[in-house]
Amino acid sequence: MTRMAATRDGYGQALLDIADDDRVVVLEADLGKSTKSLHFRKAYPERTVSCGISEQNMLLVGAGLASSGFIPFASTFAIFTERAFEQMRNGVARPNLAVHLCGSHGGTHTGTDGSSAQSIEDLAIYRTLPNVVVMHPCDVVSTRELTKQLPALGGPSYMRTARNKTPVLYDGRESEIQIGKGITLRDGTDVAIIACGVLVSESLAAADALAAEGISASVVDMHTIKPLDGALVDSQAATCGAIVTAEDHSIIGGLGGAVAEHLMSTTPVPLERVGVPDRFGESGQADEMLELMGINARHIVAAAKRAILRKD
Amino acid sequence: MSIDELEDMARRCRVEICRMTHRAQAGHPGGSLSEIDILSALYGRRLRVNPNEPNWPDRDRFILSKGHASPGMYALLAEMGFISHADLESYRVLGGVCQGHVDMKWCPGVDFSAGSLGMGLSFGMGCAIAARIEGSQRNAYVMLGDGELQEGSIWEAAMGAAHHELGNLKVFVDRNRIQNDDFCEVQMRMFDIPAKWSAFGWAVKEIDGHNMSEIVGAIEWMDTITDRPAVVVANTVKGKGVSFMENNPAFHGAAPSDEQLAQALSELGVTA
Repeated sequence: MTRMAATRDGYGQALLDIADDDRVVVLEADLGKSTKSLHFRKAYPERTVSCGISEQNMLLVGAGLASSGFIPFASTFAIFTERAFEQMRNGVARPNLAVHLCGSHGGTHTGTDGSSAQSIEDLAIYRTLPNVVVMHPCDVVSTRELTKQLPALGGPSYMRTARNKTPVLYDGRESEIQIGKGITLRDGTDVAIIACGVLVSESLAAADALAAEGISASVVDMHTIKPLDGALVDSQAATCGAIVTAEDHSIIGGLGGAVAEHLMSTTPVPLERVGVPDRFGESGQADEMLELMGINARHIVAAAKRAILRKD
Repeated sequence: MSIDELEDMARRCRVEICRMTHRAQAGHPGGSLSEIDILSALYGRRLRVNPNEPNWPDRDRFILSKGHASPGMYALLAEMGFISHADLESYRVLGGVCQGHVDMKWCPGVDFSAGSLGMGLSFGMGCAIAARIEGSQRNAYVMLGDGELQEGSIWEAAMGAAHHELGNLKVFVDRNRIQNDDFCEVQMRMFDIPAKWSAFGWAVKEIDGHNMSEIVGAIEWMDTITDRPAVVVANTVKGKGVSFMENNPAFHGAAPSDEQLAQALSELGVTA
């Protein structure tokens, strides 16, 4: 049986992994128990800063620390990071200060808290900022590994993690994970499914269903949305001739948008985007939300068939 | 520097503020003229900075949160030798070190990329926490505008700095009573500003922000406060030193004409 774990736990573990670097500091906005920075707080209280429920302040306290040589890791819910977007823009990204922002509980997958807590635009808005690396890993192992790579990045980042557990895909495969490099989880020839976050495992399930119908589908984990691994997108387009993107995020501006922008300039093949249609969510269980939004394995299968039909 | 020397440095900076904004035909002379006596005292008497090593890690930080008042800071940076007086001609010019708003990526001696109000106090809080973690004695000084206090994030930082008992965070409020569109009293009344800071847990002092002896005394007073953040609310006159700019909302963000520049320079003791 596949091991299940929440990506936010990978973030929390990674903070302990990198704690030996005394430049690492952790900033919290009263949600450390949820984002999982609490483990670092317990072990290293002298390097943890409580900012209270003040996200705007937290981002710029991080900027001040980064300008002084520290490597701040700030976290809150993905939706509440958006409240500090201009601080991220003007105070962090513009001076290129290496503040690492983690937004947990991203996407409709976060579930029963309802639409106010379901960030479906975070990847899109942070992707517009120069200097900012944007990531949405799919499992606990890759989240931990990507977070461990951040102190060496030298610039700011945004990472979305998820509240609920997802299948663990990378046990023992840590060495394959690298910021900016997508990972081909399955090779196929008829259609390529490029996914991020909680929809990676849905995409693997979709590929299984397609295989049962004689359709060969690649699956790519595009954990880094910016910078986009364009070479991998191009090679998948060349091999398969049709692409599906899948994300628990607005259909506007996220992974699908990034892939579409890239393909239009390189290899314009049929592209179907699976994402949250231009609407808000509601309260529901994670699996119910993916079904309601039309973004689970069943919908990915349908999108793959549409993309194949559009080939010349 | 003596009080007389500080006053004369401030006068020279006022001249440069008028010249910079006139040359660019844009910028913010009013708030530069109101802050300049305080900046002169800080740089001339207190800041531990080194123009030969602007990024010296253990320097005091100075954060101009009201970053539009950049001509004042650029004039001081030229006085202190961080940049040349010729650099002042690059104010608002493509590729120039003197960007419209002070920017740490462009200008030596600038510790914060400003331009959006309400951000500098939080940044200064981060610098102060960094110094504490390192066990350094350096301070973070922040200059806020009074209109800027209308930004809610200022009060997030005010609460945070007091909670963390940041005795190495020192703040000036340039209380010039004018913001972009009109007098603060018209745009958004702020009532008792010192009482607000006091209620947030800060050590508070109120001074005449154009009396150099009072300013120097306030800087020394700040050094005695080590268990919590300190704020000096400096009552100032927007446009101070140039008669037609004084207390005139029109000169928050407007440049002097040729004739106005000539008059300003004359009033500031520059002989043609």
